Amino acid sequence: MSVTVLEAHGLSKRFGGVHAVNDVSLWVHAGEMLALIGPNGAGKSTCFNLLNGQLRADAGEVRLLGQPLTGLPPRAIWRLGVGRTFQITATFASMTVRENIQCALLSHHGRIWTFWRAARRQFVAESDALLAQVGMLEQADRPCGVLAYGDLKRVELAMALANEPKLLLMDEPTAGMAPSERIALMELTRSLVRARGLACLFTEHDMDVVFGHADRIIVMNRGALIAEGDAASVRGNPAVREVYLGSGETSGGH
Amino acid sequence: MDFILIQFLTGLANASALFLIASGLTVIFGVTRIVNFAHGSFYMLGAYLTWTITRALWDWSGREPALFIAGILLAALAVGAIGALIEIVLLRRIYRAPELFQLLATFGVVLMIQDIALAVWGPEDLPLPRPPWLRRFVEIAGSRFPQYDLILIFVGPAVLALLWFLFQRTRFGVLVRAATQDREMVAALGVDQRVLFTGVFFLGSTLAGLGGAIVLPSQSAFLQMDLAIIAEAFVVVVVGGLGSVPGAFLAALLIAQVQAFGIVLVPKATLVLVFLVMAIVLMIRPYGLLGRPQAHARAATGAVEPVIRPAPAILGWAGAAALLVAAAAPFFAGPYMVTVLVELAVFVLFAASLHFMMGPGGIVSFGHAAYFGLGAYGAALGLRYLAVPMEAGIVLAPLLAGAFGLVFGWFAVRLSGVYLAMLTLAFAQIVWAAAFQWVEFTGGDNGILGVWPSEWAREKGAYLWLALALCIGATLLLRRIIYAPFGYALRATRDSELRAEAIGLNAVRIRLGAFVIAALGAGLAGGVYAYAKGSVFPTYISIPKSIDALLMVLLGGVQTVSGPVVGALAFHTLFLTVLQAFTWWRFILGFAIVLLVLAFPQGIAGFVRQRWERARGLEAA
Repeated sequence: MSVTVLEAHGLSKRFGGVHAVNDVSLWVHAGEMLALIGPNGAGKSTCFNLLNGQLRADAGEVRLLGQPLTGLPPRAIWRLGVGRTFQITATFASMTVRENIQCALLSHHGRIWTFWRAARRQFVAESDALLAQVGMLEQADRPCGVLAYGDLKRVELAMALANEPKLLLMDEPTAGMAPSERIALMELTRSLVRARGLACLFTEHDMDVVFGHADRIIVMNRGALIAEGDAASVRGNPAVREVYLGSGETSGGH
Repeated sequence: MDFILIQFLTGLANASALFLIASGLTVIFGVTRIVNFAHGSFYMLGAYLTWTITRALWDWSGREPALFIAGILLAALAVGAIGALIEIVLLRRIYRAPELFQLLATFGVVLMIQDIALAVWGPEDLPLPRPPWLRRFVEIAGSRFPQYDLILIFVGPAVLALLWFLFQRTRFGVLVRAATQDREMVAALGVDQRVLFTGVFFLGSTLAGLGGAIVLPSQSAFLQMDLAIIAEAFVVVVVGGLGSVPGAFLAALLIAQVQAFGIVLVPKATLVLVFLVMAIVLMIRPYGLLGRPQAHARAATGAVEPVIRPAPAILGWAGAAALLVAAAAPFFAGPYMVTVLVELAVFVLFAASLHFMMGPGGIVSFGHAAYFGLGAYGAALGLRYLAVPMEAGIVLAPLLAGAFGLVFGWFAVRLSGVYLAMLTLAFAQIVWAAAFQWVEFTGGDNGILGVWPSEWAREKGAYLWLALALCIGATLLLRRIIYAPFGYALRATRDSELRAEAIGLNAVRIRLGAFVIAALGAGLAGGVYAYAKGSVFPTYISIPKSIDALLMVLLGGVQTVSGPVVGALAFHTLFLTVLQAFTWWRFILGFAIVLLVLAFPQGIAGFVRQRWERARGLEAA
């Protein structure tokens, strides 16, 4: 059995009267792709933001390779080895693709507070290697502000890999992409996860992506986990079917 | 006890006028998102027009109370009409421009109105004699209290009640409140924004005009009313919360009381006190007393900052050639030219330091002159009290400015947009007020004289070389930092704070670093300027000085690295050659600013770069 990279126990978060995340526990192994799915409003994004430090949990704890992450700001969590991509891509639009990666590398190597050597001459080979991995090397000199959406997602992936992470957190990695691009990006992610022995947790709405690429799937509804298992067992789970398709018994209730 | 009561009543009376002006400003901002510098000019016009109209009415038919009130109302409505006209002619065209450009455009209007007022009413203060029925005093707690002030106390609450009725009970008011919350949504619901915006400008300007009208009987109409009141009005609006009328009322009460008691208790520090109150309120409640976080104006510009590429070699050669010609000037040019070149070197660094935080950092400061002035005063005070020679003074200057930059920046970089701009303005006003009011220490308005360079640099040519070495050297260093990892990190926090944090960058600390570096640069410029002029004055820290820096940066182009250099050279040359030759230079400068904003928003260097990139088929983001 491989190493458990991410562990969360009893995560809870309330917004006023809404229990957005209620006693959620999960774990991801090295080399594993774990999909977090659920209908709109199930608490996926809140759960995600508790893991990456964007939100502070009311209760529960998160550990990365045994080290507690609870209460740390996002930048500290990144330093410990967590790479992120966003639901709506966030890159530095006033820089070229390569410069975006160089920024992440400069930060990783602690060179941000330096004032003399030109940034664009540093870590060129390293950034090009990362860009080659995600297939963006040909576009390295283009400004991020003009890229197509699918390409931005790949730049984000390369940035997420820049600090040699142990864990990848991807919030709806294929949202807004064309179907063919979705498959390509997830194939790419999967091969990187396998090759580098990363743990990868992602949320996703596209069921083809989920069932085609996840090793394991966890399902949330109304803030709580309702199912966990491989594609076949989740597909056949009656509770999951009820949430996604409705059984007629509960939908009239309230 | 009696003294407290009288001061309290005086404070209440002053609060009324302050509330009228601030409520107009806050209503205009709430709906149009424009921070209207010209609001102070509307207030001034209100006072002048009341002077003209009331006297005309008196000439026509005696000094009836009704005519006095009619005069005030007519003047206010006339100002409202002027405001609406300016909205239709100018502001309507720039609602989608970046905030900063809107502010500058309204500042252009300020300059134009200043010269218009000078042309129409002349330079003398114009007092309006109070009619006999307003000259009485009332006996309160054994003191004589002016009856007019007693009336004023009730004007503020009355206007607040009227505004409340307007906003809660009329269709126009409902639309104004809706637009304050979400103007895109209001537009999507089919409301004609143009009519709404013009209406709001009419309302806001009328309130400003009314404010000017009601203070006229206690003071006079004079030409500096506009900038004097606008700083106070900004404070009230920001303390109350941008867009909140009840907030403006509370803040007006607070600020007026602080002033009323401050003038008795700490007469030397009334100005500092007001801005200190604002700074404290913003630290505790970053959006003001009753303000709420700004809903982002959706897709306001959609503009993406362009990629910064290495400068083409030709630019480097041109710069080196220009520097060489400047350095050789003592051999062929007269002393006036050499003096001008020193000034140019100083302003290049001043503009470049502001650009450093404004361009790559996106931190727009409206009080950059504070650090310029602190540098100048650092050198002068060091000479006066510690007898430090020039060599040490030149080091002291940036250090003093940098230290204040660290303190002020610590608060400022946590805010953004208009609140950030206003807080920097407030800090600058604190520094200005200290230099102006603390006469024993700083010499007040008379400044500090005799700040001369050391023996070896006293000759004009030698000082030019020193100025070039320091100012141009520092400018090149700033440029170097923009291309270095720190500059990239700074741009990263501007482009996407979310992503910056997600790659381990501490955005607040990086912005603070940029703030301090900019303050150091401006401080050095101020120090060099002080020794060049031989004296320092509070005007070095004034609002117009801060605006000069903004103009230089914007004229050159905020999105280019060479922009501030080009802008400083162009602005100062323009000032010395064209503007000084005209009597009405303020009007011309104001008009030029408005034209710049309307027609040339990317600045000179931005324009050239756009052409350059297009000609070479480079992709611009």
